[in-house]
Amino acid sequence: MATTAAPIKTIFRRPESSTGFWSWITTADHKKIGIMYGYVAFFFFIMGGIEALVLRIQLSVPENTFLTAAEYNAMFTMHGTTMVFLFVMPASAAFFNYLLPLMIGARDVAFPRMNAVSFWIFLFGGIFLYSSFLFGTTGPPEGGYLAEEVSRLGSSANGGWFGYAPNSGAQFSTGTVMDYWALGLQVLGLASLISSINFIVTVFNMRAKGMTFLRMPVFVWMTTVVAFLLLFSLPIIAVALFMITADRQLGTLFFDASAGGDPILWQHLFWLFGHPEVYILILPAMGIVSEVLPTFSRKPLFGYAAVVFAGAAIGFMGFGVWAHHMFSSGVTPITQAAFGLATMAIAIPTGIKIFNWIGTIWGGRVRLNTPMLFSLGFVAMFVIGGLSGVTHAIVPADWQQTDTYYIVAHFHYVLFGGAIFGLFSGLYYWFPKLTGKMYSEALGKIHFWVMFIGFNLAFAPMHWLGLNGMVRRTWVYAEEAGLGPWNMAVTVGAFTIAVSILIFMFNWWWSRRNGPESGMDPWDARTLEWTLPSPTPEYNFGVSPVVTALDDFWEKKYTTDDDGRPVRRENADLIIAELEETGLNPPAPIHLPAPSYYPFIVGVGVFVLAYGIVYNTRPWGIPLLLAGALIVIGSFVGWGVEPLEEIHEEHHEPDHDGNNDGEPAADPTKKAADG
Amino acid sequence: MADLAQADIGHHDEHESTGIDNRKLGMWVFLSSEFLFFGALISNYLLFKGRDFGYTTIFPIELYDIPFTSISSFVLLMSSLTMVLAHDAWSTGDQNRTRTWLLATAMLGMVFIGGQVFEFTEFVLEGMTLTSNPAASAFFFLTGFHGAHVFLGIVMLLSLYGISRRSEGLTEKQGLNLELVGLYWHFVDIIWIVIFTIVYLIP
Repeated sequence: MATTAAPIKTIFRRPESSTGFWSWITTADHKKIGIMYGYVAFFFFIMGGIEALVLRIQLSVPENTFLTAAEYNAMFTMHGTTMVFLFVMPASAAFFNYLLPLMIGARDVAFPRMNAVSFWIFLFGGIFLYSSFLFGTTGPPEGGYLAEEVSRLGSSANGGWFGYAPNSGAQFSTGTVMDYWALGLQVLGLASLISSINFIVTVFNMRAKGMTFLRMPVFVWMTTVVAFLLLFSLPIIAVALFMITADRQLGTLFFDASAGGDPILWQHLFWLFGHPEVYILILPAMGIVSEVLPTFSRKPLFGYAAVVFAGAAIGFMGFGVWAHHMFSSGVTPITQAAFGLATMAIAIPTGIKIFNWIGTIWGGRVRLNTPMLFSLGFVAMFVIGGLSGVTHAIVPADWQQTDTYYIVAHFHYVLFGGAIFGLFSGLYYWFPKLTGKMYSEALGKIHFWVMFIGFNLAFAPMHWLGLNGMVRRTWVYAEEAGLGPWNMAVTVGAFTIAVSILIFMFNWWWSRRNGPESGMDPWDARTLEWTLPSPTPEYNFGVSPVVTALDDFWEKKYTTDDDGRPVRRENADLIIAELEETGLNPPAPIHLPAPSYYPFIVGVGVFVLAYGIVYNTRPWGIPLLLAGALIVIGSFVGWGVEPLEEIHEEHHEPDHDGNNDGEPAADPTKKAADG
Repeated sequence: MADLAQADIGHHDEHESTGIDNRKLGMWVFLSSEFLFFGALISNYLLFKGRDFGYTTIFPIELYDIPFTSISSFVLLMSSLTMVLAHDAWSTGDQNRTRTWLLATAMLGMVFIGGQVFEFTEFVLEGMTLTSNPAASAFFFLTGFHGAHVFLGIVMLLSLYGISRRSEGLTEKQGLNLELVGLYWHFVDIIWIVIFTIVYLIP
């Protein structure tokens, strides 16, 4: 009860509300932070999706004039940047935040307020990146603008999501848009770095009693691997982004070929981050699928240890394959051979996972609910994307494919057919846990099939479009090339996907209000989060769980008969009822991290600081920079003198009779503790 | 900075599975990331250091004053010793000695930074600036980022010193902060040894 010490002077009165607007701004609860990550990520998914549709309208017919070249460049750059950094990464972070503590039996992450800092820095980083549409400029080229160089959409980053130097350097990008891009990514990287440290410490230190490493759910394992990938790859992109920013702002010569700098260095640094990054995008989805398939097949995951180690192996090898993005940029033949081989080798652990998933489904009593459909879709689509990926490892073939739509087809099969199908699978799977309601199964299935058909219509034709010579990142193609009909099909597919997303949004909105009560364990599932009431109480576990087996909850509910088939234990319902009772009425007071204003203010400070750097040559730039730095430092000082905990006691059922041992009439204590 | 002591909730009704305090583990994890950060900066310098840029320019290696930098490196190394002494004094409960060694560590760090400012000024006066050539850019970038890390360390040391001047000195909880700052400070030293060897000593 450390918090009963004398009240400490703070600048702000301690936030107290646990509902309403300010409770979200000040929260340190991993579940609320997870939900905010989810909604913000989904907002950016819509933005990135609109950009994709605009691109597809332009490409639907040959020689189209819907967009100018400048607008097209801005759209494809922001589409890629948004989907990678502002949608898939934070959407995965939403799952990590919400589920990781629940799955390992913890009350929160290791550093709850740092967790909130991650979120606010991410949110303001995203706003900063998008604010370039309002404030960003592109410098006029020598001789003024041509018609196709005019943008009617405002100016945003236009150098591709990879921002290749020297195109993104001071010489060829004279406005501020690439400053927005480089600093925006720097800020987003900072957010991810903080959260990766947080997740690693959480997994290492906050596991419930008996939750050994090899009893952790595969999703937790994949989270851990992703956190390590972030930890080791983000510093590299941070250096690269500092270098390009310095090239642009301070006149350093790192990437300026005319002064002896090395543009290829940018590619090395970017892809040394960028290839681990694609595993950062896909591994969380693989974790989700590894939870969904066993639950809906009513079998344990086939080869649990193999799946875990394959995931870790993918993580390790992911750092040794980056140059396969650069086969055509003049790297030596030895390098090409080595990286080609390493790239093929990474198919082995991926294949292990695929076969284990199939082994999990094999002979199971499969239920085809929406999460299962999305997981099966994931496996099928990811196999296609994985196979076309192996074709890039063959260097001469890659020379032919590189910078064509074949590559676009490949990475959309792994990142849309893979990552996004996996994320939707998780959204449906954990919807009951999140809301206490059940979604509409019919609408869910319609969503799946519309999206599945739209997805294949949109991305399968890109394979042959690419092999027939359609070039990436070019805003028009000639009529004579004969690419028109398939491009129209792709555009129709893209709009079909958009329709499926509208169905999903309606389902989400409607089911949250009108869905039937789901109960705590609607799927007859295996992991610890299903031992909690739905929606999850603020304190997670009424009593910290003790784990005795892999799939502990399942083992408590089921035993096996002589043929190895699962048989429900007689007392299973009783066990569930008891769990729900202790979940709703914790027998003892629980410490929870108290809300705080400071994480939000840190986010604001970083936001101001970033503008200061972009505009450091203006008279008000340096004051802005200093103001941002002061806000950040000041809020850390305020943070330092703010106590962390509150005692959680007011969340018992209102009709509870109050005879739980050790439970006083609680509220006055709580207020006192808040100081 | 000081009372980040309260920044975890692991202590009370839960246990730390590894037996290492959350914040200490967090610091170790953070420092492992920092190694990659400096790794990238050092590779960057190595890439450019001997290149023929096709124009007349001054390379960092022509300007190094090895005896001078050896002394400032020695000063930084000694600050690791005083950091250890500060922690040792704290663990024997000697608040006075803790204060003294903390201040000594911070001052040795400042001497090192002063040396770096002097070195940079010299280089600029002799005609090598951030924009002279890519090797110079990489040199200033690497040593500059290291200097920024040392500066941050000094700020943390001085904050700890400020707290330790209160009547009760550094409490049980803040002892962990002392350890965290120590970890960070030793890391900054180790990185400097690598930089000094690779960048200054190896031709």
